[in-house]
Amino acid sequence: MVEHSWPKAEDRKLIGQRISRLDGPAKVTGRAKYTYDLQRKGMLYAKVLRCPHAHARITKLDVSAAEATPGVKALRIIQGQGTEIQWALDEVVAVAATSEAAAEDAIRAVKVEYEVLPHNVDDEKLEGAPGVQPEPEEVAGNPEAALAIAAARTKGFYGMPLVAHNCLESHGQIVEWTGPDSVTAWCSTQAVSGVATQLAEALEIPATNVRVITEHMGGGFGSKFSIDRWGVECARLAKRAGAPVKLMLERDAELTVAGDRPSAYAEIEVGVKEDGTLISWISKSWGSGGLGSAGSPPLPYVFQIPNRRHQHSSIPTHTASSRAWRAPNHPQACFLTLSALDDAAASLGMNPLDFFLQNLSLTRLERIYREEFAIADELMGWRQRWHPRGDAKKGPVKQGLGLSLHTWGGGGHRSNCEVTVHPDGLAEAKISTQDIGTGTRTVIAIVLAESLGLPLDGVNVSLGDSRYPASAGSGGSTTVGGVSSATRRAAQNLLAVIFAKAAPQLQTTPDQLEAAEGVIRVKGEPDRKMTWRQAVALFGRTPVTATGANPGDGELTGSGSGGVQMADVSVDVETGVVKVNKLVAVQDCGLIIDLKTAESQVYGGLIMGVSYALSEEKVVDPVTGITLNVDFESYKMAGIADVGELVVRMMTGPGYDERGVIGLGEPPVISPGAAIANAVANAIGVRVPYLPLTPRRVLDALDAKKEGKA
Amino acid sequence: MSMDGKGDDPPGSGISRRAFLRGGAAVGVLGSAALLVEETAEAKAPNAPKREAGVEVWGPGRVPVRLRVNGKSHDLMLEPRTTLLDALREELDLTGAKRVCDRGTCGACTVLLDGKAAYACSVLAIDAQRTPVQTVEAIGRPGKLHPLQAAFVEHDAQQCGFCTPGFIMAAKALLEQNPNPKLAQVHDGLSGNFCRCGTYAGMRKAVLEAAPLVAALADAEPEEEEENEEKEPRIEDVEVQDETAPPAPKKGKAKKKKKRRGGRG
Repeated sequence: MVEHSWPKAEDRKLIGQRISRLDGPAKVTGRAKYTYDLQRKGMLYAKVLRCPHAHARITKLDVSAAEATPGVKALRIIQGQGTEIQWALDEVVAVAATSEAAAEDAIRAVKVEYEVLPHNVDDEKLEGAPGVQPEPEEVAGNPEAALAIAAARTKGFYGMPLVAHNCLESHGQIVEWTGPDSVTAWCSTQAVSGVATQLAEALEIPATNVRVITEHMGGGFGSKFSIDRWGVECARLAKRAGAPVKLMLERDAELTVAGDRPSAYAEIEVGVKEDGTLISWISKSWGSGGLGSAGSPPLPYVFQIPNRRHQHSSIPTHTASSRAWRAPNHPQACFLTLSALDDAAASLGMNPLDFFLQNLSLTRLERIYREEFAIADELMGWRQRWHPRGDAKKGPVKQGLGLSLHTWGGGGHRSNCEVTVHPDGLAEAKISTQDIGTGTRTVIAIVLAESLGLPLDGVNVSLGDSRYPASAGSGGSTTVGGVSSATRRAAQNLLAVIFAKAAPQLQTTPDQLEAAEGVIRVKGEPDRKMTWRQAVALFGRTPVTATGANPGDGELTGSGSGGVQMADVSVDVETGVVKVNKLVAVQDCGLIIDLKTAESQVYGGLIMGVSYALSEEKVVDPVTGITLNVDFESYKMAGIADVGELVVRMMTGPGYDERGVIGLGEPPVISPGAAIANAVANAIGVRVPYLPLTPRRVLDALDAKKEGKA
Repeated sequence: MSMDGKGDDPPGSGISRRAFLRGGAAVGVLGSAALLVEETAEAKAPNAPKREAGVEVWGPGRVPVRLRVNGKSHDLMLEPRTTLLDALREELDLTGAKRVCDRGTCGACTVLLDGKAAYACSVLAIDAQRTPVQTVEAIGRPGKLHPLQAAFVEHDAQQCGFCTPGFIMAAKALLEQNPNPKLAQVHDGLSGNFCRCGTYAGMRKAVLEAAPLVAALADAEPEEEEENEEKEPRIEDVEVQDETAPPAPKKGKAKKKKKRRGGRG
């Protein structure tokens, strides 16, 4: 029985080092082929007619002219006459033609008429909203009584709108039928195994006949777990046309129907003791993520305030269903909670750092947060530089500091890995996971090379193919824990097989062997060794294979990471423009496999955070129900000049490594909204209650302050 | 060289965007008369340009287009409405330049036109005919990376990588104009591109670190392959492409050339 564990710190050669991602050269040279880049012989291009109304019934649909358009090879009515459409840009008709232009011509030739029905896209006001779905109230202690005896009470309203995933590679796929009931699909997905299953079910063909391939993927952020109706329709078009079909979403569709983070608004009351101890929390939150439930932000966030009452309600709207957006519900919960708590600290005139330290015992990660705050304080110069709310300096540009903290699960998901060593001594891992830009390929290679004592160029990783051993989707920051554990177990299992055969040859027992520096050798006697070629030769010149799975024995992956962030901003009170000067992120994620790509996740989280804090917002027109900003000019994302100085520190070593591998893709994107909003409040002396912190909202808050309303 | 399609001009050359648009409008106005002309022309020489209201009219079917990409000539048959981006991706399988916004905002399709950054989604292939096009595939390959590419890898200035080729080409254009940029100038040079994963921190380091290496490379190889080509007078450029732009300074002399991007007029 093999005992699975990570190598001791002093034995690690690769794990925890700063290693460049292995697919980096392919990406920087334009060689990496994404779904969008692929062409198949005889491939057709699909385009989709989309409903221009938020709520409508199709009263007339005539596709005859479209079918007769030159170049059209197949047409599918997705939603026919009489169908009620529930959101704008929902699919009505899809065509496949010999060129994109021909497909577009055909779409324009479809004759369709709608009966426009009443819609609601307003999610900002709970009162009077139609069809509100309240969730059960959550209560602990006696929040009203605690509020009554609180030394200070604050009450505020906070909110953040819908934001889009806006993946640069839009959603889509190429589907090719390889037989009457078998298909190969190249999908831009973050769930290779899952999408293969979905496709088989939708097409009613055996799962064994579906192959999904995702070699490289241009961004998902939680929006690409499903084959989606357009993927199934792409397959049906391909079947009908008898040719491969490519269907990639247009940018307006990508921004309208392919992924939103639900909006969240809340009224929050907080009660604190004179020393800053939190004793009461009462909140009512609401938001929307389409017609169904939008998910509920966990309020209060991180701090288990002893007396609390919370209720969330979903407002159904005629917008496409929201999708998991990097740390679902957490950025909202974090912004709402940390804004309210920062206001409570300000009402006492307390330095928020002291305030949050005072209350860390209410969190589950007190030690980690305390250590991280100490480092962040130093990196930001918080204690030297912090001033009470309202920068007293003369001039229109005010400077301020804000902070936040967050947590996330991130335990490893279900994953299976097959490891093979070939007679030439090269090792390879096969695993059906996907590298969505997080460095998954590199992490697997590091674990495999470390485990077998081989250099990185002595191992090969094959992933992104549903024919390899199954691995779950890349969501919830679960991938790194899942694939690293599965790979480690597979590699250790392989070593057990090899050692059993090699030990007699080296006149020792298997437990005395180790794989290091490219050879199999006796521990402590490096000269008693054999090469990997010699070892595999003991098996008759056939490759040696072993598998590993997660979950499994041994504590290889953990859950529950903690991070803290601090923001330094400048606000021009004449123009309302907010500038992020500096962000500091201190983050724990247990045992780090690749320090370089781990840091990249944190940088990426900070940058995406600046983007939703300052500029991202889907603007849905209440009159027409249409999303108005469906291009890069008007759906505003942060550019390179907008993100300020970024400082990232990873927590590693004793106290962290033994927690096992914990996922990191999501946690760092949780806090920036709260940290930046709190810094703005600190700079200008008044809370800007809405994200994004646009100049208009900053000026409105300043006006309200002048008029004594805030 | 002339604009009338005679001589050994590359087929389809001499068509400016304005002439093309004018031609399109003329067809629209003249209606059936234009169709007659088209049929006659088709009978004589398929895909030859027609003369309408004093301008050449190409298409709407496929017409010959000669592109000079990464130092090689390619004779293609393209609809005149084909963008340079689609020609590169669909016809030449050069897919480093990505289609993301398809309207000249995100920079994922950035290529170099005569050494200057351009959004390939916003340039018609037919307009790019006499301009040397350089794509990310030409400046380095795995195992022999350009210093910028190597620095992007070293500083992990990429995650999903979909925006990366565009950033590399924008950075290359920046360094050709300004071999020793300050951070603010790096920001300016890369502000025409978007990354969604959030890799700007690595990009800053990568571009600043690569700058002296790229300059050294330029000193070692002063002439790029494309620049050895005979410079032809570009009448169509003078006439229509950018009436407000000052004449382009000589290559290699002025360090601060104004960056011109397709679709940004």
